[in-house]
Amino acid sequence: MTRTSPQGRAEDGISLPEKLPVAITVNGVARQLRLAPWTTLLDALRDHLGLTGTKKGCDHGQCGACTVLVDGRRINSCLALAVMQDGASVTTIEGLASNGVLHALQQAFIDHDAFQCGYCTPGQICSAAGLLAEGRAGSAEEIRELMSGNICRCGAYPNIVAAIQQAMGQP
Amino acid sequence: MTTYIGTATSRIDGHAKVTGTAKYAAEFNAPHLAHASVVGSTIARGRIARIDTSRARSVPGVLAVLTHQNRPPMASDDSAYKDDVAPEGAPFRPLYNDRILFSDQPVALVVAEEPEIARLAASLVRVEYHVDLHVTDVHRQRHSTFALEPVERLDDNPFAPPPPRGQPEHSLASADMRHRAEYFVPIEHHNPMELYASTVVFEDEGRLTIYDKTQGVQNVQRYVASVFELDPSHVRVMSPFVGGAFGSGLRPQYQVVLAVLASLSLKRSVRLVLTRQQMYGLGYRPAMLQEIELGINAHGALAAITHEATTVTSQHENYYRQETGWSGLLYRSEHARYAHKLARLDLATSCDMRAPSAATAVYALECAMDELAVALKLDPLELRLRCYSERDQHNDRPYSSKGLRDCYRRGAEAFGWSERSPEPRSMRDGTELVGWGMATGVWEALQVPIAVRIALTANGHAEIACATSDIGTGTYTIMAQVAADMLGLPLDNITVRIGDSTLPQSPVEGGSWIAASVSNGIATTAQAIRAELLHLAKAVPGSPLRDLAPDDVVLLDGRLVSKRDAAHAVSIADVMRHGGVDRIEQEKTASFHHTGAHSHNTHSAVFAEVKVDEQIGIIRVTRVVSAVAGGRILNAKTARSQIMGGVVWGIGMALHEETLIDHTFGRIMNADIAEYHVPVNADVHDIEVIFVDEPDGIVNPLGIKGLGEIGIVGVAAAIANAVHHATGKRVRDLPITLDKLQR
Ligand code: FES
Ligand code: FES
Repeated sequence: MTRTSPQGRAEDGISLPEKLPVAITVNGVARQLRLAPWTTLLDALRDHLGLTGTKKGCDHGQCGACTVLVDGRRINSCLALAVMQDGASVTTIEGLASNGVLHALQQAFIDHDAFQCGYCTPGQICSAAGLLAEGRAGSAEEIRELMSGNICRCGAYPNIVAAIQQAMGQP
Repeated sequence: MTTYIGTATSRIDGHAKVTGTAKYAAEFNAPHLAHASVVGSTIARGRIARIDTSRARSVPGVLAVLTHQNRPPMASDDSAYKDDVAPEGAPFRPLYNDRILFSDQPVALVVAEEPEIARLAASLVRVEYHVDLHVTDVHRQRHSTFALEPVERLDDNPFAPPPPRGQPEHSLASADMRHRAEYFVPIEHHNPMELYASTVVFEDEGRLTIYDKTQGVQNVQRYVASVFELDPSHVRVMSPFVGGAFGSGLRPQYQVVLAVLASLSLKRSVRLVLTRQQMYGLGYRPAMLQEIELGINAHGALAAITHEATTVTSQHENYYRQETGWSGLLYRSEHARYAHKLARLDLATSCDMRAPSAATAVYALECAMDELAVALKLDPLELRLRCYSERDQHNDRPYSSKGLRDCYRRGAEAFGWSERSPEPRSMRDGTELVGWGMATGVWEALQVPIAVRIALTANGHAEIACATSDIGTGTYTIMAQVAADMLGLPLDNITVRIGDSTLPQSPVEGGSWIAASVSNGIATTAQAIRAELLHLAKAVPGSPLRDLAPDDVVLLDGRLVSKRDAAHAVSIADVMRHGGVDRIEQEKTASFHHTGAHSHNTHSAVFAEVKVDEQIGIIRVTRVVSAVAGGRILNAKTARSQIMGGVVWGIGMALHEETLIDHTFGRIMNADIAEYHVPVNADVHDIEVIFVDEPDGIVNPLGIKGLGEIGIVGVAAAIANAVHHATGKRVRDLPITLDKLQR
């Protein structure tokens, strides 16, 4: 028995999509890029702007490692095409500290050992920053629920919750 | 004089990790970097009949499409592909020939100017196959297995079934009560958060610097040099940060072969990042079937244990670990017999995954013990205490230390175990059923030869170098703590360099052996530094230390101090200035002489509470207490995280994790991180970690045992036992999903 994959396509001649101008403000700095429409915001940050603090863990919106803040709201940057963010203001993990002083969440993550390998950490911290801005989380139970889009395979969850509580000014 | 060892010290790499400056394998750059994308096989077994790459090559920006037909040369001998931790057999060779050994095996590699172009072109590669019949179902293969030969002495092959003892059949026949059952754990995948990736930097004269996701830079370095017949000095492998691995990065993975292949072929720097889906072709925890029989006499002492396991491996290699011996190690029993069979499937070779074999075997044993306790109407903890083993019966020797009794006691106290009502379904919280279960955990305290280099400068700074890795375990931090104490310097004055194959020799980071090994390595090298400093100090005229031997002095606060009289001291800076040196460097190898007089193990007692919504069967693990006897704890903060992570893995193992295969196509159906369920934040509630004191002057001079694995062992059993206590239902195949509770 023989099998073939993938099914052949009829059309001939492959041409690449045209690159389009994109203006994004990243961590307060205005950036001009020319990107193909298929480039995700995540790849734009990592490959085109050299901001590798934002991580890729699945590229499918399943893990939260790529979480950044767009106009203050947390999103999975792997699910956003960069060209659609034209004019947006993006904050990544590299933009959270100010003048060398860590953001309260960054310090709390260190204090509570809220990570091990560190790969999910930028996404967790950005997601937590978005969560704080949403003002929805009060109890530990609520934090757990609202942080469940960010997987930590190292299993630092209880420490992540404790860190967020610290940053929220809770005991 | 310890200041840092044992304290709750924050990670020294924490700042880099919370600011996004810690760089992982796919995040290093090079001029003219090309990007690769893998085409995977759509069949599980057979041969490639034809590959048509013409359409892929016609995409603008595509640089090459590599297949087994046009790749650069690779070694032709199996031995060249044997990495440091390869099992018996013929290792898989990516893009080597037309044979298909597992579904999604790489069959072509597209290299392009941009990653998206490579990805598009990869979708246009047409492959025709000659398909052979495959088998991927362990249940179908269970009667076509082959048995591993038991050994006379475990030292001959620590992974083979241990020798039997006594007359187990006879003893079972006369036991007052017997329990026999079969337990199943499915294939599980590691799913570290970082995608497997290699960035190969092509340098002058064909030298390669490879940033690779691995648990062993030197293992990868030797392997790449051997597979491509390169001058080993031309290959450097780096992994300063590793985004989790859990065993999946012990062996070199295929992305590094393919990235190097592309780089050599194009004479360009190349990056290859696997997709999450492709990572399911890298290795996995083997599915296992275990049949356990326990015989017990009327006063609750085990008479006999038999443990038979079947685990999964590939068609081309025999991966297995000590699956059965944990039973006869953990509990006292005069009679015992073990058998271990391997089932070959058309899959990639199985591999180590957190606490390989113990996580699965102890799950089965500890559920069986619980079933026995229920049948005997005995408290499960009381049964364990009655069967407590003071000696390792496999080797008939004592333990160097065994704090398990303390684990039982302190864990039970913290959990409130004495409040448990023994009857299943007898505890409730509102509409939910409440269940309390417990289990024991055991792992080995291993140690391996390792070399450490210390360079001390006159300004009181020290650099500690070793080719080990920190996969999230906290290695950077504990190395700095140990070095600071051994050299008498503040933690901030210590720099740790790891994850570089050019550094002093280290084996792969796994098996929980690095903490003990590297710490003792630092102590050994620090001793040499001290001796050299003393030598210099004696040359200073009127030196207060002139009559002292190296063991009579310590390094403290930047000074060399007499142990006999602390007033006799000289500063390191003065000694070095006088000696005309501004830097002292020593490199020493620490090896561990195992006399065979003692066994070295870590232990734990795990207590779990579940709440079960009976209407829909949802199980929540609301509390876990894990009490661990793991020797000396180097860092109370990172150690707790290690155990907590292990507990979270145990929750996943008990309730969520399962790789599902469509056996018609031999293809994994849930190859992503949404359909393959891992615990998320909302699945994890209270976890309390307790370390019992377990001084051990025998295992190694610093008394360290390692903690990476012990945290997961026993957790799934404690949860399964709690589910039984809550519901009265005994589910013997993991994960315990709600449909199984409704059956
Ligand atoms: S990389 Fe975006 S959600 Fe996983
Ligand atoms: S810290 Fe490793 S995945 Fe979260």
